[in-house]
Amino acid sequence: MEWDFLLVQALSGLASASSLFVIASGLTIVFGVTRIVNFAHGSFYMLGAYVAVTILPWLLEIDRLPSLFFAGVLVSALAVGVLGVVMEVLLLRRIYRVPELFQLLATFGVVLIVQDLVLLLWGPVDIPGPRAPGLRHGVYILDQRFPAYELFLIFVGPAVLGLLWLLMHRTRFGVLIRAATQDREMVGALGVNQAMLFTGTLFLGAALAGLGGALQVPRVAANPQMDLSIITEAFVVTVIGGMGSVPGAFLAALLIGQLQAFGVLIFPKITLVLVFLLMAVVLVVKPWGLLGRPDAAAGRAVLPEGIIDPRGLDGASRVLVLAGLAGVLALPFLDAYAVKVGTEVLILALAAFSLNFLVGNGGIVSFGHAAYFGLGAYGAGLLVVKAGVPMEPALIAAPIVGGAFAALFGFFVVRLSGIYLAMLTLAFAQIAYAVVFQWVEVTGGDNGLVGVWPSAWAAPREVYHYLVAACCLLAILALRRVVHAPFGATLRAVRDSAQRADAIGVDVRTHRWLGFTLAGAAAGLAGGLYAFSKGSIDPTLLGIPMSVDFLSMLLLGGIQSVLGPVAGAAAFHAVKDFFMPLTDHWRLFLGLSIIAMVLLFPRGLAGAWAGLRGRPA
Amino acid sequence: MARFTLSRRALAAAALAPLARPALAQGSGGAIRIGELNSYSRMAAFAVPYRNAMQQAQDAVNAAGGVMGGRRLEFVFRDDGATPGDAVRVAEELLTRENVAFLVGTFLSNVGLAVADFANQRKRLFLATEPLTDALTMAQGNRYTFRLRPSTYMQTRMLVEAIRGRNVKRWAIVAPNYEYGQSAAANFKRLLPDAIPGAEIVAEQFPALGRIDAGATVGALGQARPEGIFNALFGADLTAFVREGNTRGLFERRTVVSLLTGEPEYLIPLGEETPEGWIVTGYPWEQVETPAHKAFVDAYRARFNDTPRKGSLLGYVTVQVVANLLNTANTLDNEKLVDALADLRTETVVGPVVMRGLDHQGTMGTWVGETTLRGRQGAMRNARYADGADYMFPEAEVRAARRAS
Repeated sequence: MEWDFLLVQALSGLASASSLFVIASGLTIVFGVTRIVNFAHGSFYMLGAYVAVTILPWLLEIDRLPSLFFAGVLVSALAVGVLGVVMEVLLLRRIYRVPELFQLLATFGVVLIVQDLVLLLWGPVDIPGPRAPGLRHGVYILDQRFPAYELFLIFVGPAVLGLLWLLMHRTRFGVLIRAATQDREMVGALGVNQAMLFTGTLFLGAALAGLGGALQVPRVAANPQMDLSIITEAFVVTVIGGMGSVPGAFLAALLIGQLQAFGVLIFPKITLVLVFLLMAVVLVVKPWGLLGRPDAAAGRAVLPEGIIDPRGLDGASRVLVLAGLAGVLALPFLDAYAVKVGTEVLILALAAFSLNFLVGNGGIVSFGHAAYFGLGAYGAGLLVVKAGVPMEPALIAAPIVGGAFAALFGFFVVRLSGIYLAMLTLAFAQIAYAVVFQWVEVTGGDNGLVGVWPSAWAAPREVYHYLVAACCLLAILALRRVVHAPFGATLRAVRDSAQRADAIGVDVRTHRWLGFTLAGAAAGLAGGLYAFSKGSIDPTLLGIPMSVDFLSMLLLGGIQSVLGPVAGAAAFHAVKDFFMPLTDHWRLFLGLSIIAMVLLFPRGLAGAWAGLRGRPA
Repeated sequence: MARFTLSRRALAAAALAPLARPALAQGSGGAIRIGELNSYSRMAAFAVPYRNAMQQAQDAVNAAGGVMGGRRLEFVFRDDGATPGDAVRVAEELLTRENVAFLVGTFLSNVGLAVADFANQRKRLFLATEPLTDALTMAQGNRYTFRLRPSTYMQTRMLVEAIRGRNVKRWAIVAPNYEYGQSAAANFKRLLPDAIPGAEIVAEQFPALGRIDAGATVGALGQARPEGIFNALFGADLTAFVREGNTRGLFERRTVVSLLTGEPEYLIPLGEETPEGWIVTGYPWEQVETPAHKAFVDAYRARFNDTPRKGSLLGYVTVQVVANLLNTANTLDNEKLVDALADLRTETVVGPVVMRGLDHQGTMGTWVGETTLRGRQGAMRNARYADGADYMFPEAEVRAARRAS
């Protein structure tokens, strides 16, 4: 290969890296200060692009000056920054006192709302923006033509890095950001106005996302899928760099940009999984990313988030649970379609329950729980379709497959903690997704496989409903038993203080690993049951949206209660099923419902119920 | 601008639905309800014009006296959530709660295949409209599933025929990394040697759908020094790819053949960047002069104040086929409907369309032509209608594939 080509390819990589860094820097600053896993960051990026394609043609109508173009880009960024403030003041500020994970759910609601608002305001057709005046052409680098605008982009990244450095080291606001990133509680104790600090940080973060979006306008058309296409990549960059570290994000963006540019030459299909492979390797080797530091508060005893005291149910709760149970079992006498929805709620309840076994009971936040759900479904489905095995043994295989993969991935996962652990679960889930997606001969690729139907005796929906009810309820009861057993209590001890648990002789890693495997097996069973209820398997079962759905159910229900996730699964699925037939804009209503529930029941449905009963969850 | 569509009636119906058991049995005399599921939310750029045209056609059918001797035709539209899991539940809802006679629609291939298998299980007719995957009518075809629009294979074959005999030997392929892109690439590789003997593939790029790294992809393609490029990208990926390619001169002095690019859905966002002389499949609606088609376009523009898309055409033809099917079969018995739809010939706005009985594939065709820039908008020139009947899978191949399943 010629040198000039390699040089130009490297420049392409630098241009992508630069764009990626601008976006990721905002995400990493917001996380560093507020600890919010801000899913809405991608939405701000998309809004930046949409605002820019709206005002730039109007500005360039006045005069085709480069300065006007860049003024328009900056105005777009500032406008998006203001939207960030709106989100902070109206939503996030109200929920800083609730478990941190809950804010993740709120930002997920924002993602859904923004997706539909963009469709309503700008319509579904992609909107191409104008090219930058004065940078439309290509310049010759040795023998190769290279876009002038991308040459310009290469310098934007370092410029933003420099400006952020100045901001961080030469202004009081910047000093406070750094201080809060290192030790938020201490900053609060010193009397710093946290509300102002958080508002300012959200403004900065959203403006950087908006800037990233506006700068893409000359390269890509603004489109309603932009948010989700960027958000995972931005997360990967921040995690590889070390959450909260701006220089780390820069380094990580450079690494990813170059890997993409040269990776496509050797493995043209690798883009699907490359960044996640890199993230998995980095996290296994360096558990806090390239330039990240262990959380200063890690050794401190904090009030645990999650199940504190899993006592038995009191009288009224018992009545509620029994009523729910009776309702589920009576469904077949009501309505044929309700049975179908009821079956799905049961399956999702098991998946959410198994996730809460990790999150609420074990403090192991998994962003990739759908992997075990999906792998269980594939385990069962492949046996039926490829090996001709009947349903019953295939259903036994599902939890085994889910558990086996959970054991494999969990071995690496449980070494980490906090957000890094969560991102490693995401990485493994994406790697599994990519394998299932790409291995067309065996898995059917993204088309999936069809023909996964129950045995003849279980084929009628009512019979299958009772089969699912039996499996799910037994599994939930068994898991609940484990929560109450010494093993569950040990997991809670490890969650609350790994150090102290270790000191009293608990084998921390092994316990977490076993817990992870058990949860994976339960999710696998849920996946197997799901496959037979749909008749088909496909990679969306392992996808990020599925994992996010599980998390949403769990948080809606309340991570502090044992049975909360079951209520959360029912509420989430019912709301979705209610709005989907009504309107194209069901995502808007789903998002609004989520935010309403977050604000009304900041401790989840179970928390609200406990409040009603006058006792802590 | 998308209109806000929350129908009050639907709201009321849904609120009451848990109370009232469905009593809308399709007895004689009432409206005939057909279930339509599609990705109205995720794929709105395609699906909304599609639904518009379906409503237009439905009203036209009803104004002309309905179907099956005077009964009203009524489509029940549902979002399929763009995932197989959601789609199968929605299909179930349409069949059990809405009591529809049969199912129509879907966009994504994996959703189409899942609904097809569900239809097979429930023994209900499913007329897939948009999914492109060959598997739907080949290896995973079943008795109850039909597909209207030309598949990936058919459209690729139309393009390969358009370059038959050209002296372009070195080819590069760029396609989105999922089933449609992979099978377009595989079909192209398979059909190319027959059309251009001695042709070879010198580079392949498969960027992830919606996440193309355009600079790196264009660089990698240019480096292989191809004489021709086969493209299957569409949507946002296509816009980014074309901009990058234009600036870097990737398309200069090269033959480019490109799937779907001539469809208004994907041509409109290209705007003034539309490349000159790409050989594409598409829909030059302003150039189709047959009276039936002109009447359709005029009525569409008058009613929706918008130009028709490929989705609009497909939606209109779908309703014409459905209406003809109901009139021919004159029953709602699904077994008889399936038998009637096999080899059914319908006069549509694009000409006759036959649902071939052998593989349940419709002969609806598409237009093949070259892209060009008119003013600041992309358009097609030298376009001709390629009748799908000439590009179907060979019969022996169909028998082998469908027997194996």
